[in-house]
Amino acid sequence: MREQIEGSQAVARAVGACRPQVIAAYPISPQTHIVEELSDLVRVGRLESEYLMVESEFGALSACIGSSAAGSRTYTATSSQGLLFMAEALFNASGLGLPIVMTVANRAIGAPINIWNDQSDSMAMRDSGWIQLYARSNQEAADVHVQAFKLAEELSLPVMVCMDGFVLTHAFEPVDVPDEVTVDAFLPPFQPRQLLHPDDPVTIGAMVGPEAFTEVKYLMHLTQRAALDAVPRIAGEFREAFGRESGGLVQRYRTGDADTVVVALGSVLGTAEEVADAMRDDGYAVGVLGIGCFRPWPDSEVRAVLANARRVVVLERAFSVGAGGIVGKDVRDALRGTDSVVYDVVAGLGGRPITGASLRRLLDDVAADRLDPTELHFLDLRTDVVSQELARGGAR
Amino acid sequence: MFEIRIHGRGGQGVVTAAELLSVAAFEEGRHAQAFPTFGSERMGAPVTSFCRIDDRPIRRREPVTHPDALVVQDPTLLHQIAVFEGFKEDGYLLVNTSRSFAELGIEEVTAGLQHACAVPATDLAREHLGKPLPNAALLGGLAALTGIVSIESVEAAIRGRFAGDTATRNASAARAAYDAVQGVVHA
Repeated sequence: MREQIEGSQAVARAVGACRPQVIAAYPISPQTHIVEELSDLVRVGRLESEYLMVESEFGALSACIGSSAAGSRTYTATSSQGLLFMAEALFNASGLGLPIVMTVANRAIGAPINIWNDQSDSMAMRDSGWIQLYARSNQEAADVHVQAFKLAEELSLPVMVCMDGFVLTHAFEPVDVPDEVTVDAFLPPFQPRQLLHPDDPVTIGAMVGPEAFTEVKYLMHLTQRAALDAVPRIAGEFREAFGRESGGLVQRYRTGDADTVVVALGSVLGTAEEVADAMRDDGYAVGVLGIGCFRPWPDSEVRAVLANARRVVVLERAFSVGAGGIVGKDVRDALRGTDSVVYDVVAGLGGRPITGASLRRLLDDVAADRLDPTELHFLDLRTDVVSQELARGGAR
Repeated sequence: MFEIRIHGRGGQGVVTAAELLSVAAFEEGRHAQAFPTFGSERMGAPVTSFCRIDDRPIRRREPVTHPDALVVQDPTLLHQIAVFEGFKEDGYLLVNTSRSFAELGIEEVTAGLQHACAVPATDLAREHLGKPLPNAALLGGLAALTGIVSIESVEAAIRGRFAGDTATRNASAARAAYDAVQGVVHA
């Protein structure tokens, strides 16, 4: 049943419907409302789960590692510095093949301190071995969490569901929250691939030397690449069970005959589609490609959609300082050998809104060949502030 | 699409007001989205919230820069922040005050507006709630001024959010402001 609800509450209830047996989390804006709602569900008895109060994010994910290894369906959530504080444990969770599901309510990373949205946090953990899924709306965020538990447990790999902090987590909009009955039919009980149990002792996470470490990592890579088949299959099963489209590797919008395609992740996709419609009305063949699954990287799907586009504009809410676009590099890699020109545009850092008007100006510049594809661009960069700082010797 | 921007201070229920408005519109079978500006959630600090209402799914998520309706929960903000920025001449302005626009020093702005209305929402809140929380009353006033949602939907949204006496008192504050604004608009 559709209801008008806050994004965080919708996600918490969708996670609750998946019946996680252990939840360990430490509050941080803008993730807080999610874990508050879950702790409430446990407190009032609507969700039977062990809710662990921990002293930090490092403690949260460490507790999750223990509970997942002991065979419990396990969930956590964090943002920003909280995710960075988990960094060491993140690599252990993926290396040990533990199917933990985590919400990342995307937020900028300091310094300077900033609590607002961008995707620098999850992008910084790109190579942690976790599957990374990005939600475009609160409906998709709720749905993708249900899919994430199935994906994680089938592959025995941890999954991050990334949703733009505040922009989604704090927005009220209509959501059909997946109900427990349908989720129960969709998501079988957790069958751990290996179990840490005193009756049948095993060692997990033992030291591996140079003779086999490469092989372990190679197998990790193969397992994560298996998600390229599992993600669309599970999205299909979800459609069968719930009657709506959510998730998947990529999402195409008017890309079939597009001369220019905007590539983006997360909540900006709606604005991008609106701008694409407006440009189409003015005679420009613009489409939008949403990346739903960023890790593993769906190179074949990206290539299949973009290979015929003359121009590809990659819009990203993070970048690699000193190098350039993060998603942009992967897109260029997928398009190797084609004639497509790729533009890297950093936008929406630290909570700056990505407006339809700014996107329109950007795409007008692209259409008129006013944008240099060899440069890294920053949407709505305040050049007056930059010049002033440069004049004062602010950058050396 | 109809876009509303609400200006107030932390503690006045600015965010809740936008959420309740979106619920009222949703209850009428429309698409609605509500969200606040973030980061200044301190008691007394200026807070802005937004609500969009449309007959189609709402895709954009940027702050409302050209509101069709502007609600000022706290008139002390009128000369402190750019409350009227991007406001349309044919837009709807609702100010929480018991004073005149001239006394507030915004007559120059309101003279050019077709739909400007003052309602003493804080006084009504004191009377009905016993607390100076003007947000529910202002939603009733907004329903009367714009017709974007019915007063019944506003009351239903309030009853859905709050329990017992709090719900009843807020709903009656909304109804009182609705009646007051109806009286002015249709006088």
